[in-house]
Amino acid sequence: MPETTARNTVEIGYGGSERLTMNMGPQHPSAHGVFRAILTLEGETVVAVDAVIGYLHRCHEKLGEALTYVQYPSIASKTDYVAAMTAELAYVSAVELVGKIDVPRRAQWLRVLAAELQRIASHCLWLGTWCMDMGGALGGGATVFLYAIREREDVLDLFEALTGARLLYGFHQPGGTRYDIPAGWTERCRATLDRVAQRLEEYEAMLENNAFFLVRTQGVGVISRELAQEVGVSGPLLRGSGIAHDLRKAAPYSSYEEFDFRIPVETAGDCYARYRVRMAEFRESITIARQVLDGLPEGPISSRPGVKSVGQVRVAKGEGYGRVEGARGEVGCYLVTDGGPKPYRLKWRGASFSNLAVLPHILPGVKVADVVAIMGSVDPVFGEVDR
Amino acid sequence: MTLPPLAVDALVGFIVLNVVIGMVTYVTLLERKFAARMQSRIGPYYVGPHGLLQPIADAIKLMMKEDVVPASADRWVYNLAPIVFLVPCVLIFATLPFAPGLGVADLNIGVLFFLAVSSLEIVGLFMGGWGSNNKYALLSAMRAVNQIISYDLPFVFAAFVPVVLAGSLQMSAIVAAQQGAWLGVVPKWFVFYPVIGQLAFVAFLVATLAAENRVPFDILEAESELVAGFRVEYSGMKFALIQLGEYAHMIGTSFLGALLFLGGWLGPGSDHPLVGALWFLLKAMLVFLIVTWVRWSFVRIRVDQILAISWKLLLPASIILLLASAFWVAARGAHGV
Repeated sequence: MPETTARNTVEIGYGGSERLTMNMGPQHPSAHGVFRAILTLEGETVVAVDAVIGYLHRCHEKLGEALTYVQYPSIASKTDYVAAMTAELAYVSAVELVGKIDVPRRAQWLRVLAAELQRIASHCLWLGTWCMDMGGALGGGATVFLYAIREREDVLDLFEALTGARLLYGFHQPGGTRYDIPAGWTERCRATLDRVAQRLEEYEAMLENNAFFLVRTQGVGVISRELAQEVGVSGPLLRGSGIAHDLRKAAPYSSYEEFDFRIPVETAGDCYARYRVRMAEFRESITIARQVLDGLPEGPISSRPGVKSVGQVRVAKGEGYGRVEGARGEVGCYLVTDGGPKPYRLKWRGASFSNLAVLPHILPGVKVADVVAIMGSVDPVFGEVDR
Repeated sequence: MTLPPLAVDALVGFIVLNVVIGMVTYVTLLERKFAARMQSRIGPYYVGPHGLLQPIADAIKLMMKEDVVPASADRWVYNLAPIVFLVPCVLIFATLPFAPGLGVADLNIGVLFFLAVSSLEIVGLFMGGWGSNNKYALLSAMRAVNQIISYDLPFVFAAFVPVVLAGSLQMSAIVAAQQGAWLGVVPKWFVFYPVIGQLAFVAFLVATLAAENRVPFDILEAESELVAGFRVEYSGMKFALIQLGEYAHMIGTSFLGALLFLGGWLGPGSDHPLVGALWFLLKAMLVFLIVTWVRWSFVRIRVDQILAISWKLLLPASIILLLASAFWVAARGAHGV
């Protein structure tokens, strides 16, 4: 059983008693937002870490009680602003589950398409920022970052054509989606997917043949299978530690059972394993997105009429948990309703929050430089951690 | 009218200093343009035609910045550090001849002077890290001492391979030893000496990267963990001085590499010193761009890995190379190729 106290201190026995306490964040180039890690150092080695979160708290759950089922999806997208489609989908899934609202097949497929494109966009940003954490804004990391951002921009262009927004979409609504794909969009989407698939190979050639990249990632920040389960991490972290758990397979939603894809798993549990998992997920996402484009069924995109007033969706008294596999792991939304146009209570389960909890267990004992590499490989988004 | 010798020296020194500063300013633009092309960007473009006035705009901006001194800094050390850092970085140009007869002083121990002075920059660096009274800066200064001590040795050993081959520490003599060509085609530059030359050049480049604190060895700056390292508390003109020193050091080392391995100012065309200087500049920029290319393609490695590379790989390799070149000379004579 791994050590699970909140503050895990490693004794490295330099013999000296001099320890340096260093604040990493909340204002820091690699804080990935506003994470504050209070590191206790002996020389270059981290002996203890205190993680402080909450700098980006925006009362999302209270907002969920104040906004109606029609209004909230576009606010839900602000929890994880890097992968905004995920939280929207989790919220409307919960609403549909509790309210027993049907979703037409075409809308389900469109949701799958949006989710997979979002995964690609999110992983692009992860790849870029992670390499920047290791390689520096004034080095090779910045090069990978700019390449990856170029691909993310392509995907965001697709979203812009689809929803009119590039970052926070409001694409989903209870009962279906708000927009259908515009004319000519399918071809654009295919071209973008081909381009991303081709460039993925370039990135892999650039990184995996690079000895410096390998020594920085292999064997660094190992999350054992037991620790992963103990802490409750999900997504690529869990699959990088050898557990083939993916909600798209384990509890299919939005007709994921109709698609043919596999769940990439690596057993090493280090930064490199998580990198391999995400690179493979890129490809699986591209496969799924192509399947959607090939076989998109005809029909309505929503089982409900278009939005005329904010209070038009009412959900009967009840409660339920809608969950989806986001780019960072399981994103869930627990909803308690009272029959009105607004939920009585809303609770988010953010993937980043649970994944971040693994840091105090794996950081003690590593060098300062590895702290940022490991944090980058966890891929937290602080909008989702603090909500 | 004839000037007294001291005045001539001062004048030459003044001119070289300003040429160096001008060159540093524009090398930043070169690097930014080069990096931009690598990253499929355009780079600086709006200030002047194709961004040609960008370095000047940057310099003016830095001069107009507020000079912030942290309240708890060790003021003397903090204020002195940029100067202590800059002086050796510029001083290395003193013994560097840009063409035959075109330089400040062609000392008979030129290479030794260059190497000795360039390693002095660590003093300013450590002063900056210590005087800032900042934890990031202090950690960075610790790393700096580690790294510079580790990499000065292989740097010196690699640089001494051409010295041994040429049989002189004087820079002009080293260039003179590289005159001629094998079979009338391949120039007798030391980089073309079989095996020894190429390996020594690679060792020199790697050590150069480390001595210049560039990615993948830029653990001193390490902005993803140490924000900006030893210069995190510096702003305005003091920051500019540190930046100037770094780039001056980088260019100086590029010139040294071009001189030691690429035949300095030797090249086709007329024997006029200015043509030679142009060749020298081109070769130095080639070395600089190789270093820049590496910088913008690799990720940074960890401090323990950097030390391991130096002590376990680079230092033994460069010592073996030096011995090999000594045997070569013993067997065939200094110019007996």
